[in-house]
Amino acid sequence: MRTLHPFPGGVHPPEHKLESNSRPIGSAPLPSLLVVPLLQHIGNPAKPVVEAGEKVLKGQLIGKADGYISVSVHAPTSGKVLAVEPRPVPHPSGLPALCVVIEADGEERWVERSPIDYLNLGVSEVRNRLRDMGLAGLGGAVFPTYVKLNPAPDAAIPILVLNGCECEPWITCDDRLMRERAPSIIEGARIMRHLLGAREVIVAIEDNKPEAIAAMGEACRDTDFELVVVPTLYPSGSGKQLTQLLTGREVPSGGRSTDVGVQIFNVGTAHALERAVHHGEPLISRVVTVTGNVRRPQNFEALIGTPLAELVKLTGEPRDDTTGYIMGGPMMGFDLHSTAVPVVKAMNCVIARSDRLFPPPPPPLPCIRCTRCAQVCPVRLQPQDLYWFAHARDFGKAQEHHLFDCIECGCCAYVCPSHIPLVDYYRFAKSEIWAREREKKAADRARERHQFHLFRLEREKKERAEKLAQKAAAAKATAAMPNPDADAKRAAIQAAIERAKAKRAGVVPRNVEALPPDKLQEIQEIEARRAKLREVMEKSGEDQA
Amino acid sequence: MINALVVMGGLSLFLGLVLGFAAVRFKVEASPLVDKIDAILPQTQCGQCGYPGCRPYAEAIARGEADINQCPPGGEEGVRKLAELLGVEPKPLNAAHGVAKPKSVAVIDEKLCIGCTLCIQACPVDAIVGAAKQMHTVIASECTGCELCVPACPVDCIRMVPVQEDITTWKWKYPVIPLKAA
Repeated sequence: MRTLHPFPGGVHPPEHKLESNSRPIGSAPLPSLLVVPLLQHIGNPAKPVVEAGEKVLKGQLIGKADGYISVSVHAPTSGKVLAVEPRPVPHPSGLPALCVVIEADGEERWVERSPIDYLNLGVSEVRNRLRDMGLAGLGGAVFPTYVKLNPAPDAAIPILVLNGCECEPWITCDDRLMRERAPSIIEGARIMRHLLGAREVIVAIEDNKPEAIAAMGEACRDTDFELVVVPTLYPSGSGKQLTQLLTGREVPSGGRSTDVGVQIFNVGTAHALERAVHHGEPLISRVVTVTGNVRRPQNFEALIGTPLAELVKLTGEPRDDTTGYIMGGPMMGFDLHSTAVPVVKAMNCVIARSDRLFPPPPPPLPCIRCTRCAQVCPVRLQPQDLYWFAHARDFGKAQEHHLFDCIECGCCAYVCPSHIPLVDYYRFAKSEIWAREREKKAADRARERHQFHLFRLEREKKERAEKLAQKAAAAKATAAMPNPDADAKRAAIQAAIERAKAKRAGVVPRNVEALPPDKLQEIQEIEARRAKLREVMEKSGEDQA
Repeated sequence: MINALVVMGGLSLFLGLVLGFAAVRFKVEASPLVDKIDAILPQTQCGQCGYPGCRPYAEAIARGEADINQCPPGGEEGVRKLAELLGVEPKPLNAAHGVAKPKSVAVIDEKLCIGCTLCIQACPVDAIVGAAKQMHTVIASECTGCELCVPACPVDCIRMVPVQEDITTWKWKYPVIPLKAA
């Protein structure tokens, strides 16, 4: 028996699991229209590789992973791409994001599926295949699975934990999955262990799921996996808390569970990985709990991209007093803005909200510093101080008090006697800090680019000046240097002038050759007079000068 | 009496030498204050402050020539940070230098662009690409929204488009608590 090391704090809200876990996983019928967002994971959105009008097959790649922290997206069924455009997606902002809209043709024709021979392929090759299969954590955080299977070279991961705690109230998708598909989950864990090189495998399940424990125990019988039943206490399913609970090792501030040699995967992820490796199926469907204010709460295996409205309809006609839908659990989930949003990889649960089930909280009162929040905080933070700093927008102080170690589990807000929405304040402060960091980075880049711009202008000026100087120098040099070509030219010109002169000299005026001698003499006299006059004039000119 | 004078005189001479040596040995090349001011400025390089870029403005503030409220892109928060750094009272933005606007990027209407390269020359961060008689376009991720290219364009084909929020840049809002349910 493993000794458990309880983490500090935690709460035990009403479980509400029985509503939905008594029915088997239903299969959601094929919707006529599927909307597949290209960003369903943490990291960069996938790049669309299909265009409107194109025909796609079930499981065909429609969005390619972009960068390291990213995974691919696939067509959930065969049909025609109607558009690649922004559509409403499940996000707390309610803003639209780029989606591939597919009209199903009802044929469900698969693309060619090739299982991954993980034992004979290189580990890195298998990881890349998993990225191209679109695998991301199905517990709700949707971090790319292949990245989690790629530990840093110096960090050995001796312990692999399969997380079947499902500690949030209302959610039962992992419970049903473990009951119905335990062998597949265990096989998935075996593959993960091979890829990670982990020594131990621990399967952790909360003690409020006896059927799942029995089914998983049965599946684990021929393995050396250790099944650990943990007490039901929220948030034991959170990675860092589960690590502490199972190993007694506390994850350092700002670190991850891998820093203490533990890697954790959700049971749903293990199941999806088994489907990908042994059956060559990319991640195109998942189990979703539909519960809350609905007539027949149940889990459904739904295709990614199924509109929420169609999924909710499977539980019977929506009730009149339903005021909205929550994605995720009541502790960490968020309100959806419309029922047009599709099922995504992160959607483990949809809860229909009503005032009867979730009475609106009374208006918040001032903090009375009772520190009940600090007592239940599983990370041992001081929520009342963090609240104070976030409230005053003193983000530096909030960071000093380890705001970023907050896992947003909501225990503090759950117990707050003043009903202060504490987590909302922390989320506000975190996103403000991230935005500032983004701005700072952009400013630094702009500074660099401006400096380079100035440097470039200076360099161009210098280069132009140098070029001009070079040209001038070259011109001077050619003038000074004896140039045989130019000399020959000059000589030719000179010769031509001489020739013309000689020609002119040789010419005798024709009008004087047949004159009588007296006329000739008269002309000569005149010429002599002229010459004399010219002489005189030249002389006087010289004198004047 | 003499002893005291000699001791005090010697001491002051010695300390003076130490200080003089330190001043030479640990000389700071640039003023670190300018760097600190420059780090607060938004690096839009728009020149609305009246200086040719953020660094010249930072230098002018450090010299005491410019006031701290001449940077509209930095907004009231920028003024507040500068005031904090310099130990002066924050003051409202000087409207003579413009008003704070939401962050925008320049967009060139590619159908109208005649390829004159004037905007490329005007861009302080080289965020416009193109060549003579070729269409130009703005690299949106590098554009600081300084608007310097707008007046440079002879055919008025550049307009400023406010940056829209998307799900990757969206921020959680400050929790608003209704005083009384309506």
